[in-house]
Amino acid sequence: MDFNDTPEEARFRREAATWLAENVPSEDEFRGLSPLQQAKLWQKRKYDGGWACIGWAPEFGGRGASPIEEVIWRQEETRYELPATFFLIGQGMIAPTLMAWASEADKARYLPPLASGEEVWCQLFSEPAGGSDLAALRTRAERDGDDWVINGQKIWTSGAHFSDYGVIVVRTDPSVPKHKGLSYFYVDMKAPGVEVKPIKQLTGDSDFNEVYFTDVRVSDAQRLGEVGQGWQVALTTLMNERAAIGGGFGQMDVSLALSVAQEVELDGKPALENAAVRARLADWYVQESGLKYTGYRSLTALSRGSLPGPENSIGKLVGAPKMQAMASYLMDLLGASGAIADENLAAKAGIIQRAYMGAPGLRIAGGTDEIMANIIAERVLGLPQEPRLDKGIPFTDVPTG
Amino acid sequence: MAMNFEFSEEQQLLRDQARGFLSERCPTSVVRAVLDGDADWDATLWRQVADMGWTATVIPEAYGGLGLSYYELAVIAEEMGRAVVPLPFSSSVYLASEAILRFGTERQKTEWLPKLASGECVATVAMSERAGNLSLDGLTTCRGTGGVNGEKSPVPDAAIADVAIVLGRTDSQLEAYLVPLKQSGVTLESVRTFDTSRGHSRVTFVDAEAEVLGERALEEDEWQRLMDGAAVLLAWEQLGVAESALIQARDYALQRFAFGRAIGSYQAIKHKLANIYVKNTLARSNAYYGVWALAEGSSELPLAAATARVAAIQAATFAAEENIQTHGGMGFTWEFDCHFYYRRAKLLSLVIGSEAVWQDRLVTALAAQSSAAA
Repeated sequence: MDFNDTPEEARFRREAATWLAENVPSEDEFRGLSPLQQAKLWQKRKYDGGWACIGWAPEFGGRGASPIEEVIWRQEETRYELPATFFLIGQGMIAPTLMAWASEADKARYLPPLASGEEVWCQLFSEPAGGSDLAALRTRAERDGDDWVINGQKIWTSGAHFSDYGVIVVRTDPSVPKHKGLSYFYVDMKAPGVEVKPIKQLTGDSDFNEVYFTDVRVSDAQRLGEVGQGWQVALTTLMNERAAIGGGFGQMDVSLALSVAQEVELDGKPALENAAVRARLADWYVQESGLKYTGYRSLTALSRGSLPGPENSIGKLVGAPKMQAMASYLMDLLGASGAIADENLAAKAGIIQRAYMGAPGLRIAGGTDEIMANIIAERVLGLPQEPRLDKGIPFTDVPTG
Repeated sequence: MAMNFEFSEEQQLLRDQARGFLSERCPTSVVRAVLDGDADWDATLWRQVADMGWTATVIPEAYGGLGLSYYELAVIAEEMGRAVVPLPFSSSVYLASEAILRFGTERQKTEWLPKLASGECVATVAMSERAGNLSLDGLTTCRGTGGVNGEKSPVPDAAIADVAIVLGRTDSQLEAYLVPLKQSGVTLESVRTFDTSRGHSRVTFVDAEAEVLGERALEEDEWQRLMDGAAVLLAWEQLGVAESALIQARDYALQRFAFGRAIGSYQAIKHKLANIYVKNTLARSNAYYGVWALAEGSSELPLAAATARVAAIQAATFAAEENIQTHGGMGFTWEFDCHFYYRRAKLLSLVIGSEAVWQDRLVTALAAQSSAAA
C-alpha cells in the first residue's frame, strides 16, 4: 500500500496544476459578480481551456479523461478557493442520462453548453405525493398531435429558479401499474406555463423550489426513451445521484470538535479532559476516518481500472447523522452561548449552528437515511424488498390515503 | 495523491488460501468441540496452521521465520477471526513473538523465535493483575533476588504456553520478564471465562526463574507501540468475527419466514443488518489505515491503531449482538453457532485494554497530531 502517483498520474497532475496556476481567476475578476455569475465565469474558463467535465468525450466538451484523472483534477482544483458550483445536478446526473438516452442531435446541441456552464439544468422528479416512493408521481402528460401537454406539480427542485432546462418524469398512462406508465422528457424552463416558486427552508434559505406545470407543451422529440420507459431512464439519473451528493459535510469535522473541546471548560477544566467528551470525539473520528479510508479504497479500485464496490453507499448515511450529532453535542459544550448563530458573535463563526440547522435536510435529500439503509440491505446484502400493496395494479386503483 | 490502498495480488491469494484452509480444517464443529470439551485449544489445528507458516509470518528469516510484512499477517488475522479459531494465535503471534522480536537480546531472539515461528512452542503475555484496565504504574509483579514474584490473572492460553512475557515493575522501572512456565516457581490454576474455546489461567510466580527481556528496563512508550501493533492485528481478527456474524444473520434473515414472508424483507431487520454492514465497512477501512501505519512504520501508528481498535470493537460486538437478535430464540440456544461470535467478539475487546482505554488513546493521539500540524 502506498499513496504515490504512477508516473502517468504524476504527469497528468503536473499538467492540471500548471493550468490551474495560470488560469484560476483573481479576486478582482470575481468582484461584483453574484455567486452564480462567478461560477459561470470559472466554468467557461475551464471549458475554453479543455478542463471542464474532463471525463466526457471530446465532442461533448470533455477530454476523455479516466476516472482516476478526474479525481486528480478535483484534488488539484480544490486546492483553490473557488466559487460554489451550480452545475452538479446537470453535469453529474443529467448529462449521463442524456448521453445514454438522447438523440445524437440533442447530445450535440445540449451537452457542450452544459459542460461550459452556459446552460444550467435541473431535475424535476419529486412531487408532493412522490418522494421516497418516486414512481407514485402524479404529474401527467397527454398526447396532442406531435406534442405532449404537461399538468401537475413538482417539488424540492434544486436550482429551478436559475435553470434553463429541466428533465422531468411524468405519468403518460395511469391505467397501468405505476412504474409502467411513466415517460421522461426534457423541458425548457422558460416555456409558457412553467411557474417556479421558491421554498423557504427551516434554515431561512431557499435552495429549492416548487415548480408548477399548467398546460406546458413539449414536443415528442423531447422525449428520452420510449413512452412508458420513463422509470428506466429515471434510474440512469438516480444512479448518478449518490455520486453527486455523497461527499462534502463542510467544515464540520472532528478537528473543529477538538478545537471547541480545547477552548471550552467543563467542571473547571478544558472539556477535552473529560472522559465522556473524549469518548464522543473518538467515535466521530472512527466514522470520519472510516469514510476517508473507504474513499481511498474506492480510489484504488478506480486507479486499477475497476469500478468501486458498494462501500461508498455508506457516505451519506454515516456523514449526515454524524454532522447533526456532532453539531448538537458541540452546542451543548458551548452551553447557553451555543444558541448564538450570529457569525460575528458565535464560536467558530456560526459553523456549528448552521450545520445543525442544515443537517435535517442532508438526512433527507437524495434518499433518506431509511431509503439508504434499504438500498444497502437490498443491493449489497441481497435482502428481499418489502411486499408492495401497489404491485401489479393500475395506478388509478392504488390507495393514496 | 493517487492511490494504492489495497492488498497486493499475492496478499489476496494468501487470503483465499487461508479462507479455504480454515473453512475446511476449522468449521464451526471444531470450535464447538473445544468449547464443549476440556481442552484449551485444538492442538492438531495448531500444528496445521504452523505448517502453513502462519506463526512464522513476520519473524525474520534469520530467526526461522518467513520475513513477510504485517500486511500478510493482517490478512491471516482476519481469517482467524472469521473462523473463530480455538488457537492461541493472538497471544503467541501478535503479542509474545512481537515482544521478543522488538525487545529481546540477540540471544533471547535466537533461543525463542525459531521455536515460536515453527509453532513448536507457544508463548503468551501476562499483563492483567486485577479488575480494571491495566495501569502500568500500578503493576505489583516484580523481580527479586530469588526470581520473579507476583500474580497475573486472567492470562490467556497460559496452560498451553511454554513461555510467558510477564509485565512487571522493579525499582520503579517497567520491565518484561521471559518466564518459562514449566517450572516449580510457576503455579497455574484454570480460570473459567465466558469463552472456553480459549483457555485462561491465574498464574502465580514465586521466585520464578526468569530473564529480563532485553536485559533492560522498558520505556512505557515502547510497550505502548507493542500494544499498538497488537491492536491493529486484533482489529483484523475482530473484523473477521464481525463479517462472520453478518453473514450468518443475513443468511438466516433470508431463510426464516414469519407472517408469510422472509424476515429479511422487514425494514426492522433490513435496517439492523444495514447498520451492521456500515459499522463493518468503517471498521475495515480503519483496519486498512492501521495496517498501513504498522507495516510502513508511520508516525501515525498511535492514532491509526487506536482508530482501528475502537472501530473493530464496536463493529464486532454490535454484529455479534444483533446476529443473535436476528435469530430470535434460536440464537439464544447452545445448539446454534451465534454465541461463538458473541463470545469471541467480547473476549477480543477485553485484551490489551478495552474500548474506553483506546477511545482515550485515540483522542490523545489526535490532539498530539493536530498540535504537531499547527
